[in-house]
Amino acid sequence: MNPDSRGFYGNYGGAYIPETLYTPLEEVKKAFFFYKEDSDFQKELSYWQKEYVGRKTPLSYAKRLTEYLGGAKIYLKREDLTHTGAHKINNTLGQILLAQRMGKKRIIAETGAGQHGVAVATVCALFGLNCCIYMGEEDTLRQKLNVYRMKLLGAEVRTVTSGSRTLKDAINEAMRDWVTHVRESYYLLGSALGPDPYPQIVKEFQSIIGKEAKEQIIKLEGRLPDECVACVGGGSNAIGLFAPFIEDKNISLVGVEAGGQGIEENLHAARFSGGSLGIFQGTKTFILQDEFGQIKKTSSISAGLDYAGVGPEHCYLKEMGRARYTSVTDEEAMEGFSLLSRYEGILPALESSHAIAYLLREAPKRKKDELIICNLSGRGDKDVETAMSYQKGRTLNETD
Amino acid sequence: MKPISLLMAELKEKGEKAFIAYITAGDPDLNSTVELVQALSEAGTDIIELGVPFSDPLADGPTNQKASERALKNGCNLGGIFEAVQEIRKRGIETPLVLFSYLNPIYKYGVERFAKRAKEVGIQSVLSVDLTPESFTNEEVKFKLACEREGIEPIFLLSPTSLKSRWKIIERESKSFIYYVSRTGTTGAKAEISDTLIEELKMVRKEVKKPLVVGFGISKVDQVKSLSPYCDGVIVGSALVKELEESRTFSIAKNKIFNLATHFKKALEKD
Repeated sequence: MNPDSRGFYGNYGGAYIPETLYTPLEEVKKAFFFYKEDSDFQKELSYWQKEYVGRKTPLSYAKRLTEYLGGAKIYLKREDLTHTGAHKINNTLGQILLAQRMGKKRIIAETGAGQHGVAVATVCALFGLNCCIYMGEEDTLRQKLNVYRMKLLGAEVRTVTSGSRTLKDAINEAMRDWVTHVRESYYLLGSALGPDPYPQIVKEFQSIIGKEAKEQIIKLEGRLPDECVACVGGGSNAIGLFAPFIEDKNISLVGVEAGGQGIEENLHAARFSGGSLGIFQGTKTFILQDEFGQIKKTSSISAGLDYAGVGPEHCYLKEMGRARYTSVTDEEAMEGFSLLSRYEGILPALESSHAIAYLLREAPKRKKDELIICNLSGRGDKDVETAMSYQKGRTLNETD
Repeated sequence: MKPISLLMAELKEKGEKAFIAYITAGDPDLNSTVELVQALSEAGTDIIELGVPFSDPLADGPTNQKASERALKNGCNLGGIFEAVQEIRKRGIETPLVLFSYLNPIYKYGVERFAKRAKEVGIQSVLSVDLTPESFTNEEVKFKLACEREGIEPIFLLSPTSLKSRWKIIERESKSFIYYVSRTGTTGAKAEISDTLIEELKMVRKEVKKPLVVGFGISKVDQVKSLSPYCDGVIVGSALVKELEESRTFSIAKNKIFNLATHFKKALEKD
């Protein structure tokens, strides 16, 4: 669905921003609405999607995983096979073409796991634009390789040491930079969150995932799937997959949040389980906050899901009963990570491993003729070190 | 206590400019805030803005961010700030107060409860730094109506990037004065004021009739002096807050803040 003219999805969304950003956001919105309908823009976008990103990505039948789980037939949408290894590039490519047409020479972005940062640095290198990436100090430590990748690509990486030193603080810092250098800079937000029009821009450029998957499943199975599942941090890969299926009311849409070390333990990033309505980083949405409206620290093994807010359209889909949101713990996600590696020869990103973990829990309960599409949003090479130390920690605990 | 709109009108009548001080409430604790408000008031400060600390202050520079962190670490919240304001009024300090806040703490408190309590304890105005007049939906309308009912005046920002077509909207919604943001960017002291600021103020002045005050990054006596002819008041924040960060003891900081406020107020007087 589309938001109203001020960016609201029902009661969610909007643009809650300092006055200085009002006009720049209007300019981005105007350009977006114009170029989204412009055939030259679309032609160029398709060209790079095909020739540079490597689209379309396969919709692979996960035969051994399906057999192992013994229930629903599982298809994986292989965003891990895109150039740079995650769905993030779909959005950065679209937005960089927009930024170029707006005459912006300097790109600012935030990154959590580093995948969005790498995808921004990549398109900036491709088009020769200056690139400044903000990343929380804690994330730079758990995603060292991505920091170096961004630098190799010519980006300046600025470590953020304020607040909780994760994604939300990187967004604060990126917005502070934007508000200061607003005339020459373009803020390339990486998920379907933040102030209007970002949730709709990101959805537009990510919806290629769902569009392809819809065509592919019809070709492969002669029918639409019964369920689509994706992990939800900000919610860009999920909204991208869901987008063309929202109107097919009998297809179940499931978002999987980070349950971290457990909802009861209060160490998680499951906004729909432990959160409440609030205003955070430009949008009205579900957030993890304390009784005084201060943003809580989140916890997840996956840096990309470790965020206190969620994209506003997901709140609306939940309220309408159109999508369902659940969570899996770090431990379950690690199980998904291992299992997909062993049974399909695919190392999934820890983010995507949350969606896989949902399959481990749910697919066995389903009939064999049910079809589930799972968005494999990124590859897990970046997470090997985290996985290694997680396993090591567990082995140590077990021998205690 | 009189509304700030009225105070601004009176100052204008007398040919005076308002000196407005910003401090973060609860930095380093709420007792200190009461002390600082008293000191600022004794130094001749016309209006005091109390920042409500927030975990994610994206419109603030490092100085105010750290102040927010210090305040939150000591458990500052809106309820406590209201009690501190009660104490300020009990001491007979009548300087008008503005709450400068991000929206989320206000929403969590409840917009109607907020307006009622603000009125009760003696707060005159509220500025929500992440609210523009256009983002009004049900909850914001409720907020606006509650403020109207209680006589709390909303204040909105006008920035160098605000299009002329919106100046009138901002003027209509901003009741105490229009807060002109001196440059694009976050709060925080800068060595120089923007080259174009005075021209911008002249232009805005021609179009809007409400009192115009200027803030963000103004930290020096000579900056205040040079801006004085082109506006109805000047806001200084980070330059004061910095003293709390850097001074060895609170009483040293308080003395320095008192002196700074005295100088700023004097700089606004006609030669």
